[in-house]
Amino acid sequence: MEELTLETMIAVFEEMFGAGLFWALVAAAVVVTLGWIYVLIRDRTLGMRQFLVAQLFMPVGAVLAIWFVMAVTNSHLSDIGGPVDVIIFLGIAAMGAVGSAILVYVIERLVLRRRPAE
Amino acid sequence: MTEDFSTSRRAFLALAAAGGAAAALPATEARAQMVPTNARIVIIGAGAAGTAFANRMVRRLEGAQITIIDPRAEHLYQPGLSLVAAGLKPASYVVSQTTDWLPRDVTLITERVAAVDPEVQTVSTEGGQTLEYDYLIVAPGLILDHDAIEGFSLDMVGQNGIGALYAGPEYAARTWTAAARFAEEGGRGVFTRPETEMKCAGAPLKHAFLIDDRLRRAGNRGNAEIAYFAPQTALFGVPIVAERVRMLFGDRGIAHTYQRTLRAVDADRKIATFTDADGLSHEEPYDYLHLIPPQRAPEFVVQSGLAWADRWTDQGWVDCDMATLRHNRYANIWALGDVAGVPKGKTAASVKWQVPVVEDHLIAAIEGREGTATYDGYTSCPMITRIGRAMLIEFDYHNNLVPSFPGLIAPLEELWISWLMKEVALKATYNAMLRGQA
Repeated sequence: MEELTLETMIAVFEEMFGAGLFWALVAAAVVVTLGWIYVLIRDRTLGMRQFLVAQLFMPVGAVLAIWFVMAVTNSHLSDIGGPVDVIIFLGIAAMGAVGSAILVYVIERLVLRRRPAE
Repeated sequence: MTEDFSTSRRAFLALAAAGGAAAALPATEARAQMVPTNARIVIIGAGAAGTAFANRMVRRLEGAQITIIDPRAEHLYQPGLSLVAAGLKPASYVVSQTTDWLPRDVTLITERVAAVDPEVQTVSTEGGQTLEYDYLIVAPGLILDHDAIEGFSLDMVGQNGIGALYAGPEYAARTWTAAARFAEEGGRGVFTRPETEMKCAGAPLKHAFLIDDRLRRAGNRGNAEIAYFAPQTALFGVPIVAERVRMLFGDRGIAHTYQRTLRAVDADRKIATFTDADGLSHEEPYDYLHLIPPQRAPEFVVQSGLAWADRWTDQGWVDCDMATLRHNRYANIWALGDVAGVPKGKTAASVKWQVPVVEDHLIAAIEGREGTATYDGYTSCPMITRIGRAMLIEFDYHNNLVPSFPGLIAPLEELWISWLMKEVALKATYNAMLRGQA
């Protein structure tokens, strides 16, 4: 690739998902992340019980992320062919895991309004 | 506690606002300064090259009169044809409307070009219009010469085991109909490529690899023979890649024969006739035949005196400088894409690298100076070696590998990440290029 600027990346992602869906996904990620920061500031502590539950969802998120990528790209686990493939595979799993943990934690603290045990 | 809480909320909102402003930044980034001009620019062809170029011109020039000529209402994402012909995507995956991509300030003439007069600087169309130009971009693509194969016509595609994926989305889908049957029933698959220069020289190989994989997945590889015939003396123009493909063919049990040019098809007897370097005929029986016809420049290129006089005389590619793509005899004409008479680069990836070079020289010409950008033959071929794996091969005029991600994505390894790029990122990058954004 000749020039891999942020602008090019955004243009490519807009084409990949459609501009509407892409910005909706970005907005959703931003909202969840800000929600997480918000509950951290609000509670001034990490609710360990909720954090534990959130961590239990990490493998689920990892598997879902891998399954999604495999399904939309006609791929299979046996297609992993080299070190960089393993890195990408683990990266996708990690993103799914962290994303789901943050999402679950925010849902618990913000939507279900579970306060930390004092 | 309540006070603290509201302060935190204010801080939170400020943070959110800052985040939003940061996200909006790239959109308002300062662009290169617009160049005022009243130049008349005519672009022949609204394919990948013509469309990308038109969009970039509109962003750079103020007051220019830009006209683009193309008779076809549909825009084709041609890199997707290999996927359609292997049953991985529907025909609609490659089709959009030409007008979807063109900027508003550009005039589209939906006619075929009849002739160019480079001396008086006019383009005339088959509908009888004559357009004067100051600068001309020749990007009409190329012609698939199906008539050159004796006994073959396009209506045969999809029946009696005949495939021809280059011919367009419908034909690529019909190619899969024939290939799917081969994958189910086995037999002898004969894969070919033409003697002429061609679009994406990797595509004939990809098709062989993909159908091999389809046979394996159907549990039929043992019932099938795959034979690949090339008019050249190598499987690919870049020696190091040719060797790698030769090894992979060995691994997959795909036989290859050099110096065999497809001349005729007998669909009733299922016989393909080839000639060798000495002109001798060889008959090859097939149950599935993948046919790619000879490829040439559109007739008007030769008729209008734009083609090379001493190179590719049977094919008619535009006589242009390989570094600047500027016509060697007419300084206000450039060639882009498939029609350019340069040693490599009939791919969308080449177009992506050619367009900014021609843009630089055309803008420089308008401003009365010399351009500096050069094209070194970059092209890229995500060589699919099976469903789910590819080799991300990038090279230049000098047969050097020029990987975009050196040390990270090995060009000659069959990798999943390279497949992901082909499947997910390539069309998006292509579309961004069409809009002049990549």
